[in-house]
Amino acid sequence: MTTLTIKPISMESSILSESPSTVDTKYKMIAENVTVSYGGIDAVKNVTMKFKEKSITALIGPSGCGKTTFLRCLNRMHDMTKNAKVTGKVMIDDVDLYSKEIDPIYHRRKVGMVFQKPNPFPTMSIYDNVTAGLRLNGIRDKKILDEIVEDSLKMAYLWDEVKTNLKKPAIELSGGQQQRLCIARALAIQPEVLLMDEPASALDPIATQKIEETIIELKNDYTIIIVTHNMQQAIRVSDYTGFMYLGDLIEFRETTKLFTDPKNELTSKYVKGHFG
Amino acid sequence: MTNFNLNFKKKITSDKIFKLAATLAGTYVLVIVVLMAFQLMSESYPIWEKEGLSFITKTDWNAVEDRESFGVLPYILGTLTTSAIAMMIGVPLSIGIAMFISDAPPKIGVPLGFLVELLAAVPSVIYGLWGLFVFRIYFRDWIETPLHNAFGDNIWLFSGNPYGLDILTASVILAIMIIPTVSAVSREIMKAVPQQQKEAAYMLGATKWEMFKLAIFPYSKTGLIGASILGLGRAVGETMAVTMLIGNSTGLGAIPSSLFGPSQTMSSVIANEFVEASPASVHMPALIGVGLVLLLIAIVINVVAHLLVTRMLKIKEGAINN
Amino acid sequence: MNSIQQKRQEYRSLFKQNVAKRLLVDKSVRVIVFSCVVIAIIPLGSILFEVFKNGLAAISIEFLTQTPGAVGSGEGGIGPAIQGTLIIIGLASLLGVPIGVMSGIFLSEYGDNAFARFVRFFNDVFMEFPSIILGIFAFLVIVLFLGHFSVWAGAFALSLIMFPIIARTTEESLKMVPVTYREAGTALGLKKWVITFRIVLSAAKSGMITGILLSVSRIGGETAPLIITILGSSQFFSSMDTPMDALPLRIWRLSLLPYDSAQLQGWGAALVLIIIILGINLGVKYYFMNKKSGLFESIIKQRRNITK
Repeated sequence: MTTLTIKPISMESSILSESPSTVDTKYKMIAENVTVSYGGIDAVKNVTMKFKEKSITALIGPSGCGKTTFLRCLNRMHDMTKNAKVTGKVMIDDVDLYSKEIDPIYHRRKVGMVFQKPNPFPTMSIYDNVTAGLRLNGIRDKKILDEIVEDSLKMAYLWDEVKTNLKKPAIELSGGQQQRLCIARALAIQPEVLLMDEPASALDPIATQKIEETIIELKNDYTIIIVTHNMQQAIRVSDYTGFMYLGDLIEFRETTKLFTDPKNELTSKYVKGHFG
Repeated sequence: MTNFNLNFKKKITSDKIFKLAATLAGTYVLVIVVLMAFQLMSESYPIWEKEGLSFITKTDWNAVEDRESFGVLPYILGTLTTSAIAMMIGVPLSIGIAMFISDAPPKIGVPLGFLVELLAAVPSVIYGLWGLFVFRIYFRDWIETPLHNAFGDNIWLFSGNPYGLDILTASVILAIMIIPTVSAVSREIMKAVPQQQKEAAYMLGATKWEMFKLAIFPYSKTGLIGASILGLGRAVGETMAVTMLIGNSTGLGAIPSSLFGPSQTMSSVIANEFVEASPASVHMPALIGVGLVLLLIAIVINVVAHLLVTRMLKIKEGAINN
Repeated sequence: MNSIQQKRQEYRSLFKQNVAKRLLVDKSVRVIVFSCVVIAIIPLGSILFEVFKNGLAAISIEFLTQTPGAVGSGEGGIGPAIQGTLIIIGLASLLGVPIGVMSGIFLSEYGDNAFARFVRFFNDVFMEFPSIILGIFAFLVIVLFLGHFSVWAGAFALSLIMFPIIARTTEESLKMVPVTYREAGTALGLKKWVITFRIVLSAAKSGMITGILLSVSRIGGETAPLIITILGSSQFFSSMDTPMDALPLRIWRLSLLPYDSAQLQGWGAALVLIIIILGINLGVKYYFMNKKSGLFESIIKQRRNITK
C-alpha cells in the first residue's frame, strides 16, 4: 500500500504515502509539475505535491533549495516578480489557479499568506489591518467587521492582548504580536488554505512558541503549508513534510516517517544535520 | 633616521594642505550664501528705508521720478497664483506618471522615464518660444476662447478676452516644466515602499490599484507631498518661460484678476526691468527688494520640501528596523 | 466542527460579487495613468518638432557665422550668440568645476561630521536658488563694482549654478567607490590626496564626468542671469568688459520683436541651442548607460546565482 520513490520526485510521478485507513483523502490543493525559472535558471524543477485537507505540511531544505519559491507559486505571488516564469498547475478544489480564463484575484482570497518578517500596514491601526481584506471585498457593515475582527484575532491568539485598544497603530505592537496580527489579517478573509513562509524565524523563542501553538490550533479548520528551516519546528507542528534540494522535491512523506526513517540518502543526510 | 622623520613630516603637511583645500571648497557655499544675503539686504536697503514693510503690502509700481512708489504684492500674488495653478495641473500628472513608471517593466519604464526627464533638459527660453508661437495659439483658440464664451459672464475666473498671454497660459507651461522633477522624486519615493508591503496587499487579493491605495500611498504620503513642494519651489523660481507668456503688466494691473488676464511674477519683473532701472533711483533697490522676497520664499519652500522627503526616507528605515 | 465551517461559509457569503467591478476600476486607472505619460510626452514631441521644423529653414552658413543685421531685416545671423555661448560656458566651467569637484571631495572624503552635514544642507538649499537671484548677486558684486557689464559677471553667475550640482554628483560618485579602494591605498602608504586623486577619482570618473557635463548643458540654456550681467550684443566678443551675446539671450530678444523674420531667426537660434544641449544630454546618457549597464548587469547576474 505504500509506494515510495527514492529518486527525486521530478523524475517520476509521485504518490503520497497513504496511511492504511479508510478515510477519504481529499486534497485541498494539488500542485502539478510546477517549474519556476528566473532568467533561464530553474529555481523550482517540475515539482508535484498534493496537500490533504486540514493538514499541515512543512517544506524543509537548505537555503536556496526553492521551498519559498515554490510556496509563492501557490497563490501566484510570482506575478509580481519581474523575470519569473511559472509553468504547471496549481489546483484548489479542482480549479487551476493558473488557468488563463480566471483572474487570480478571484482565488487569492482562498489562500492567505503570512510572510517571514511581520509586515502589517504601518499607517493603519490593528483593527484596520485585520479588516483590510474584508473592505476590499465590499464588506462595510461595522457589526460584521467587528465580529470578524474578534474572530480572527481570537484564532491568532492575539485578541486578549489587544481587545482593549484596537485602534492602536499596528507598528506599536511587538514583533511577535505583529506576526500574529498578520496571521489574523490573513485569516480574516476566510481563506481555505494558509501559506506560511518561515513565520517565526524573525521572532524570539517565546513568540515562536506562541505562533506554533496557533498554527497547530488552526489545523482544525485550514489546510496549512509552512516553509521552515527549523527541523524541530517541522517535527513539532506538521503532519507531512516535503524535503527539497536545489529545486527538486526529494522526498515527501508523513513527518514522523520522513525524519525517523528517510528513504532517500540526501534526506537522511539533511535531517541528520550533515549539511544545511 | 633623519630622512625618515623629514618624509613623515612632508606627508602630513601635504595631506594637511589637501584637507584645508577641500574644507575651503566646502566653505565656499556658506561664504556665497552669507555674502548674497548681505548684498541683497544692503543694496535693497533704500527701498526698505523709503517704504518700510509696506513694500510687501503695497500695490503701486511707479518708477517715474518724484512719484516713485513701489510695492511687491502684485508680483507675490502673481508668483503664487501661477505656481499654484501649475501644481494643480502638474502634480496629479506627475503622480500618475510615477505610478505608471514605478510599476512598469524596465523595458517600457526606462525609456519612458528617460523621455520625461528630457523635458527637464529643454531650456526655459525655448519653452517660452514654443509657448509663444505654437502652444499659445492652440490654447487660446481651443480652450481659452470657448471657456470665455461659455462662462465669461458668470464666473470671474473666465472673464477678460483671452489673447493667450495670460496667467493660465503661463501656468500651464509651468506645469509642464515641473513634471520632470515631481515625477522623478515621486517615482523614487514609490519605489522605496518595501516589497513586503505590496506583497501583503496582493496576498489579500488586491488589484494593482488597490495595492497602491493600501500599500503605497499611505506609506509614501509624506514623501509625495514633499515632491510636490519641490515642484512648487521650481515653479516659483522660473523666469523666462513665464516672462514670455504672462503678459507683463505692472502694479495694480498685475494683480491676478482672471485666468485670462495678464500678470507678472517676482522673477519676471526683475528680468524685464532690471537693465532699465537706473541705480540712482529707488527703482533698482526696489527690484533687488523683490529679489530678496523671492529668495526668502524660495528658501522656505525648498527647506520644507527637503524635510518632508528625507523624513519619509527615515520612516522607511525605522519601519525596517522594527 | 460543523458550526465553525458554517460560520466560515456565512462570512464568505457576505463577500460582495464585486471582483469584476474591481478589475474594471483597475483597468480604468491603468488607462488614466498611461494617458498622464502621453500628456507629458506630447509637449516634448511638439517642442522638438516645431524647433526642428521652423528652425531648419533659418539655418545656413551665413546664419551661423554672421552678426545680426538691422532689426527686422531678416539678414545676418547669430554668430556672436554662438560664440558667446561657447565662451561663457567655458569660463563658467573654469570657475565652477574645480570648486564643485573639491566641494564634492570634501563632502565625500571628509564628510562624516556636523560641519559637513551643515555644508551639505546649504549646498542642497543653494541649488534651488532662482537663477535670476544669482544674476542679481553677480551684478552687485561685479557689474556694479566695475561700473560696466562684464563677461566675468556672467561666467560667475553661471558658475554659481554649476558648482552645487557638481558638488552633489561628485560626492555621490565618490561615495560609490568601495572603501576597500581607499584602504588599499593607505595600506600601500600613499598620502590621502594621492589616494583621492589617483585611485578614487579615476574609479568615480564616469559618474563625475556625467555630472559635470549635465551641469554644463544646464547652464547652456540659462537666460535670466545673463540678461543682467552680459546684457547681450550684436557684435562678436571684444573684451571681458563689454556686453556679449549668448544663444538664450538672442532667442529671447528675437522673440520680443514683432517681425516674422525675427521669429524665424529665433527658431534657428533655438535649433542650434537645442542641438548643443540635447547633444550633451543624450551623449552623456548613452555613455553612462553603457558603462552603468555593464556594472549593474554583473551585479544582477551575481544576485541571480543565489536563488532561493
